[in-house]
Amino acid sequence: MNIVVTLKQTFDTEAKIALTSSGSIDDNGVKQVINPYDEYAIEEALKLKEANEGSEVTLVSVGGAGTESAIRTALAMGADQAVLVSDPTLEAVDELVAADILAKAIAQIPYDIILSGRIAVDDGSAQVAVRLAEALGLPSVSSIQKLEITGQSAVATRDIDGGSETIEVPLPAVFTAQKGLNEPRLPGMKGIMAAKKKELKVLTLADLETSAAALNAGSKVTSYSLPTPRSAGKIISGEPAQQAAELAKLLREEAKVI
Amino acid sequence: MDFGFTEEQQMVQDMARRFAEEEIAPYVDEDEKNHFYRREILSKMGELGLLGWSIPEEYGGNGMGWLEAVTALYEIAKVHTSWRLSISGNCWGPAMTINQYGTDAQKEQFIPGLVGGETVGSFAITEANSGSDVGSMKTFATDKGDHWVLNGSKMWISGGHSSDIGLVYAATKEGGGSKGLSCFIVDYNNTKGVERIPILEKVGMWPAPTSEIVFDNAEIPKDALLGEQDKGFQMCMWMLNNTRMGCATGAAALSAAALEGAVNYANERTQFGQPIGKFQMIQSQIAEMKLEDEAAKYLVYRAAWLKENGLPSQQATSIAKLSGCNAAVHAANLAMKIYGSYGYSTEYPCGRWLRDSKQFETLEGTSNIHMGIVAGIELGYQPNR
Repeated sequence: MNIVVTLKQTFDTEAKIALTSSGSIDDNGVKQVINPYDEYAIEEALKLKEANEGSEVTLVSVGGAGTESAIRTALAMGADQAVLVSDPTLEAVDELVAADILAKAIAQIPYDIILSGRIAVDDGSAQVAVRLAEALGLPSVSSIQKLEITGQSAVATRDIDGGSETIEVPLPAVFTAQKGLNEPRLPGMKGIMAAKKKELKVLTLADLETSAAALNAGSKVTSYSLPTPRSAGKIISGEPAQQAAELAKLLREEAKVI
Repeated sequence: MDFGFTEEQQMVQDMARRFAEEEIAPYVDEDEKNHFYRREILSKMGELGLLGWSIPEEYGGNGMGWLEAVTALYEIAKVHTSWRLSISGNCWGPAMTINQYGTDAQKEQFIPGLVGGETVGSFAITEANSGSDVGSMKTFATDKGDHWVLNGSKMWISGGHSSDIGLVYAATKEGGGSKGLSCFIVDYNNTKGVERIPILEKVGMWPAPTSEIVFDNAEIPKDALLGEQDKGFQMCMWMLNNTRMGCATGAAALSAAALEGAVNYANERTQFGQPIGKFQMIQSQIAEMKLEDEAAKYLVYRAAWLKENGLPSQQATSIAKLSGCNAAVHAANLAMKIYGSYGYSTEYPCGRWLRDSKQFETLEGTSNIHMGIVAGIELGYQPNR
């Protein structure tokens, strides 16, 4: 079975976000990690590989040279090889372009199952994997919490409002991983040692027979802003009855929530 | 000169940090309170290869050496000092010493289990009346032709009653002193005449078992002897020069934990309308901690680098241990002051840092012994091995 996992490198979830003077997100000195939801996808791919002898897990990513460290970590977890599309002419990549590039890269390799995180924790758009399925003409199931493969079809379970839903799709298909699908493993020392010997193929847009000019973004980020800092809390003093009355008054008149 | 990590070393640090945060941190308070040794943490360390440093891959080694080892140990010790002991207790103590001096049969029998975390290891040198003066130990191994008989007792043995196998140093020549010691591999689960008594009343390191071990006509097989008979003292010093890196690294990590805690607290705690970190006296304390912390960390890496390159490292190891221990005790002391009354409460980690920091002044060579090594080598009275 050929299993493809799409991977994105994101800021560490504990990183403090700051903007540069020109208003873009400042990544200077920020620790980068594998997008946490992609870790569930990697783990699921590795479990499928372990259960199906002869399977291979290939990572596919789009990003700058810095993405290589996330890819090496995923290789250390146990993935077999990786393809990174990294092209100096690529600047801001929206979801449409990212999915387009991933589709072109994945079209060059064999695949039965494509796994992805359900959302990237940085931009939070949850679009790329679904657009990728569309570009490849494949069925897709989002936010799965369970995946079973039988022959040429897959049964995926996902949480829906008030219950869960079980969906059967023919393979190949795209699945996006939700928290709860599995517990991602940590890379062991042997995995780390093995990772440097695994193939990480770096492709340019020309290798995919396309160019930055040919890739049309559907959207453009116009600006970023940080949340307004939370103002200090207010302490209401006095007798309990007075405090309650004052609180009700403030909630109505100042916070305007009741 | 390069002060940066390789890509692999960075991954080792990331992985060990995450391991410590996910697998050790959730249990720190509970295990401290109950003085509980959580065996499965060691198993997980073994599974991930955190016990296989500088060990050949044919025996389960992880293919990495000293720099990666101290990087991983540092992250583990920073979260919970007690767990740093397992790397010495399994890898740098028994596994590495058996790999250095053992027969092929001994290596095959013992190393994979120690490295894989299936076996808990320990090493026993100290006795009630024999500490720094290793050559004065009284535990005696008598050669009975087809087996050995051990008599005597060991004291303050890390992992003594939790270990499955242990290296036991014993005299094999009457009046031989340091020229008459030998090292034995003792299979505690299958040796009669061994009583292991937990030492429960101790200042720190609560989840890490410490024991007294009594040997009463304990019969061990002929092939339990490790290396050459009567050469145990040299083996012991060789081993300590390795395991002491655990102390040095653990101490530097404890200093870093106390500093990090103090910095966070100084930024959060407000008095007189501003974070206490804005006060010069707190800044002075933070600066003192940082100076010593930074020095301790790089002295650890320097000693590890010497070891990795097979260069004389004894003086550097003692310097790293002394520096780390001074930094740890000082940082823990200052952290408790910065945290104020909260620091004195057991709800905060200051008490644990302070209690745990004091081990480093005694374990695996007291600070006086290490001062002696540093000075002795510096003055040309002893070689730097």
